[in-house]
Amino acid sequence: MLSALDSGWADPARLHHEGRTARLLLDNARAVLAEGLGVRPDELFLTTSGTAAIHTGLLAVTAARRRVGEVVVHSAVEHSAVLHAAAAAGTTAEVGVDALGRVDVDAFAQQVRQPGVAVAALQSANHEVATRQPIGELAEVCAAAGVPLFVDGAASIAHDVVPAGWSALTASAHKWGGPAGVGLLAVRKGTRLAPAWPVDEREDGLSPGHPNVPAALAAAAALQARLSEADELNKQHRAWIDELRHRVATDIPDVEVVGDPSDRLPHVLTFSCLYVDGEALVTALDAEGFSVSSGSACTASTLRPSHVLAAMGVLTHGNVRVSLGRTSTHDEVDRFATVLPGLVQRIRAEVGM
Amino acid sequence: MTLDCRGMLCPLPVIKLAQAFPDLAIGDTITILADDPAAATDIPAWCRMRSQELVSADNHQYVVRRLS
Repeated sequence: MLSALDSGWADPARLHHEGRTARLLLDNARAVLAEGLGVRPDELFLTTSGTAAIHTGLLAVTAARRRVGEVVVHSAVEHSAVLHAAAAAGTTAEVGVDALGRVDVDAFAQQVRQPGVAVAALQSANHEVATRQPIGELAEVCAAAGVPLFVDGAASIAHDVVPAGWSALTASAHKWGGPAGVGLLAVRKGTRLAPAWPVDEREDGLSPGHPNVPAALAAAAALQARLSEADELNKQHRAWIDELRHRVATDIPDVEVVGDPSDRLPHVLTFSCLYVDGEALVTALDAEGFSVSSGSACTASTLRPSHVLAAMGVLTHGNVRVSLGRTSTHDEVDRFATVLPGLVQRIRAEVGM
Repeated sequence: MTLDCRGMLCPLPVIKLAQAFPDLAIGDTITILADDPAAATDIPAWCRMRSQELVSADNHQYVVRRLS
């Protein structure tokens, strides 16, 4: 990364020596990232974040289908970037999920087959509750209907396999230990795109401006490293989350562990504790050295609970999401499971429960 | 019985509901007024977790029947 800052600082679109060096480094990064995603380098566009990849990609796919229609079919539990892009791109058709967070396959298929559908958007797995979505099955439905399938793969890439059959796939480098500020948009050949903003010569008009070559290189190196240990690490994470899931459910009364227990991402666990303030629990865990997320309303700037938990109909307060990284250890998982019941008990006692 | 939890944020409406519940006879209902958006998910979730009956939920007003 540091040497890339020295040698890759120039604009890769320029013809001088430094520019050509930067271009070479960018091409190398793209080749490695494309291989990691299982696509050709000319099918991969680099953006400034995973969110930017979703915004630009979904808008461009929708705009290219104007003559067919402008309806964007999506699940109720997509990342907010997809919800925002879908609302900006056209008319939305939202499809509900079951209590595990999995989209209603029949309802989704029915919406896809309606006239006027520009694109269908479905995440590979849910970013909050880890439940995998039926990508393979719905990819066949989309192909039969001639509707491009747009898959937000940010939660899965490097942690889990994303089934084939999509037209566009997005990812975010920080999810596999790469730097923030690098997003990936893979678009299969034959999928038409119409960028929705003033177009320059970069990334086929999908990500305007001078690219961050050193960050792209760092993202590529991180993906290569993460994938080389993926089999072992993902198996380990799966076992540790199984253990944590079991201990949380048995050691804490009145807790709702959410998401599919087996057909899921390996590294994420989400649960909600009755009568517990989510912000208080996140703060108490932080003091113990654990950085966790929460979908509870009190932890959000909007004071609204997570739309994912609400769509599933599961308890939204006292919510905690644990994500394991490549440096997480079993000792940490064990210590988390050991201290959590006492913290929950203390917070409940403070409100007389 | 009616609980006015308007203006309270989660998890307070659910805590108030749980604390009032023992005073309720089995088969009786309690009405909770709650305008916190989280209550729309959390009061039905509480009923499911506690095996109590959600009779109705609309316009920031929830009616719950004690079953056990």
